[in-house]
Amino acid sequence: MNNPIAQSVANLAPTGGQKFRQRVLPLIILAIIVVAIPFFGPSRTVYALLSVMGINIVFALSYNMLLGRGGLLSFGHAVYFGLGGYAAMHAMRAIEYADGGFWAGFPVFGLPIIGFAGGALAGAIIGWPSCRRAGTPFAMISLGVAELIAAAGFMFNSIFGGEEGISGDRMNGPELFGLSMGPVSDVYWFIAFWLVVGVGGMYAFTRTPLGKMSEATRDNPERVEFVGYDPQRVRYLVFIFAGAFAGMAGGMAAVYFEIFTPEAVSLLPSGFVLLMAYIGGIAYFAGPVIGAIVLTYMQSMLSDFTEAWLLYLGLLFMLIVMYAPRGLAGIIFGVTGSFSNGTFSEMIGKWLQQLAGAFLAFLGLIVLIEVSVNWSNGFGEVFEPFGLHLTFANPLTWVLIVVPLALGILILRRANRETEEVLA
Amino acid sequence: MTTPALSIHGLKKNFGPAEIIRGVDLDIAPGERHAIIGPNGAGKSTLFNLISGGYHPTSGSVKLNGQEIGGVKPYAINRMGLSRSFQVSNIFSNMTVRENVRCGVLYSMGYGYSFWRNVGNLKEVQEKTAEILNSVGLLDKASLPAALLPYADQRTLEIAITIAGGADVILLDEPTAGMSHSETERAVALIKRATEGKTLIIVEHDMGVVFGMADRISVLVYGEIIATGKPEEIRGDPRVREAYLGDEADEHAEGGAA
Ligand SMILES: Nc1ncnc2c1ncn2[C@@H]1O[C@H](COP(=O)(O)OP(=O)(O)OP(=O)(O)O)[C@@H](O)[C@H]1O
Ligand SMILES: [Mg+2]
Repeated sequence: MNNPIAQSVANLAPTGGQKFRQRVLPLIILAIIVVAIPFFGPSRTVYALLSVMGINIVFALSYNMLLGRGGLLSFGHAVYFGLGGYAAMHAMRAIEYADGGFWAGFPVFGLPIIGFAGGALAGAIIGWPSCRRAGTPFAMISLGVAELIAAAGFMFNSIFGGEEGISGDRMNGPELFGLSMGPVSDVYWFIAFWLVVGVGGMYAFTRTPLGKMSEATRDNPERVEFVGYDPQRVRYLVFIFAGAFAGMAGGMAAVYFEIFTPEAVSLLPSGFVLLMAYIGGIAYFAGPVIGAIVLTYMQSMLSDFTEAWLLYLGLLFMLIVMYAPRGLAGIIFGVTGSFSNGTFSEMIGKWLQQLAGAFLAFLGLIVLIEVSVNWSNGFGEVFEPFGLHLTFANPLTWVLIVVPLALGILILRRANRETEEVLA
Repeated sequence: MTTPALSIHGLKKNFGPAEIIRGVDLDIAPGERHAIIGPNGAGKSTLFNLISGGYHPTSGSVKLNGQEIGGVKPYAINRMGLSRSFQVSNIFSNMTVRENVRCGVLYSMGYGYSFWRNVGNLKEVQEKTAEILNSVGLLDKASLPAALLPYADQRTLEIAITIAGGADVILLDEPTAGMSHSETERAVALIKRATEGKTLIIVEHDMGVVFGMADRISVLVYGEIIATGKPEEIRGDPRVREAYLGDEADEHAEGGAA
């Protein structure tokens, strides 16, 4: 007790071990996974899938700098992804056609830096008017800007390349780390590198004074003003960083796809990044990472199975918003958390019930959606799972829709009622 | 004569047709403990908002250490060395107690908007945060989420955030409102300690607190200061008795003379 203050400083902050486990270890694990994957000899398809996941993880995390950490709902985040990507694309062409000079010495591997700068610049220009207000005005302005840039994308052909977009060739310029950037496995290393840089950078950002004040501004902008911070300034700076990291993801995409079209700045990817972040869970740093992995997988795999995959995506989104607003990460951390605090055995029954209920309800909806899609296409194709011939004329179809759906909803309601009783 | 820490002249504030502050003049010397009392709706909180930048004055001037601050943004006023608390606790409820206080410390220690430093490595910020937490007695609750604090502790945290930036003019808006007797006593002791050597302006309904702490008292009624003076002058002022104090002042006049 002789020096309580010095003692308390030591007690206050998390211990070195805790810090390492919570902050450094996850990044190391990510790096190890990323490095280990090629040793399993993945196929071209898997490489492609992983690369797109890497791009989307960085993109979704950059979006969450605004939504999760800053409380800013943007409907136009693809603008920065797209503009950063276009900047990188033009730089790639400059490398290709350079004879001497700066671009001749610029490795394609470094193009995400150009994307980062492009995204930051776009964020700095567009953020200036948009960050004056938070809340609904911010959301509306972001939508307006997205519309504007999307329209511009089809007008300024020298920049956006019109409908065909701008394409380039990544196998130019000096090689870095002995990567020719030709085969997908080379590109994988490129993506992996920038993925780790991006995730690490954005995580580090959350630990800076600006990152902390961004959270404070999200929660209570009024109070922030009375401790010496200008909330507009905080939002503006965060916005620039979010744009920069989105641009970096754009730069990664430019190298991976070797083409950028005006679709990249349209509302579609802006909506998709919102879904990735939200479904993953915006309250957790890892949330958008999980969301990006799951949605990228759905996008590439599910879209092979069914043309209605966007309906399933919408359904998943609605379910998350209504029943699990903390997203997939919230579910995962809820379960793992119950292990550590010993409530797992109490909770497992309820979770299994919910899982069964959700599964059954989903089953009914799948039948409904698939039969409807086939019917509305009008080609006479029929949904035939397990050899069943399901059309709307078949009574079995209706049984398979109504029974699981009703049963599922019943189980879900029962599980929720039990929770209330436990709480009461 | 030294420049007043705070100097208010002809200050008025209208909300539409409603005149809420109707010409306030007040000089507060550096190091003074000044209490503002008055009935509900008199405009005390509005006056605080005018001083701290929450509202633009309709007319008149407010000077902090001789510099005009009327209509200046709250963050700019805060950086000039004036800090305020809120009548309704206004804390960062998603953050821990420690992080709350740290938010109050960061700017004043020169870390402003920096994005190249790790807050975890800022030793002097951590020390200062710990020092503040220690001085308000919230050290053992440092890692709790602020939202989980009991009411009285939230009020204390409100004060802690206010003093964290080291401002030398402190405005406290009803810091003991809703506290029990013993909690009030502790809060008063804390306020005295934490604002030692600083200029303190406090709005308070508890007359025991006011008469026990203030060097001078101003009585605000319907947006006007009807009297300013030492506690014993205010006690004896017939207009004040009539307008506001009534029997309550008599009690303290007898009991509080010691
Ligand atoms: N933003 C505003 N718009 C309109 N009227 C307001 C506004 N803020 C305060 N008022 C009015 O000004 C008057 C004074 O309010 P204020 O909150 O300053 O009183 P107060 O002296 O702090 O009272 P209390 O003791 O209840 O805290 C009240 O009648 C209130 O309705
Ligand atoms: Mg008030």
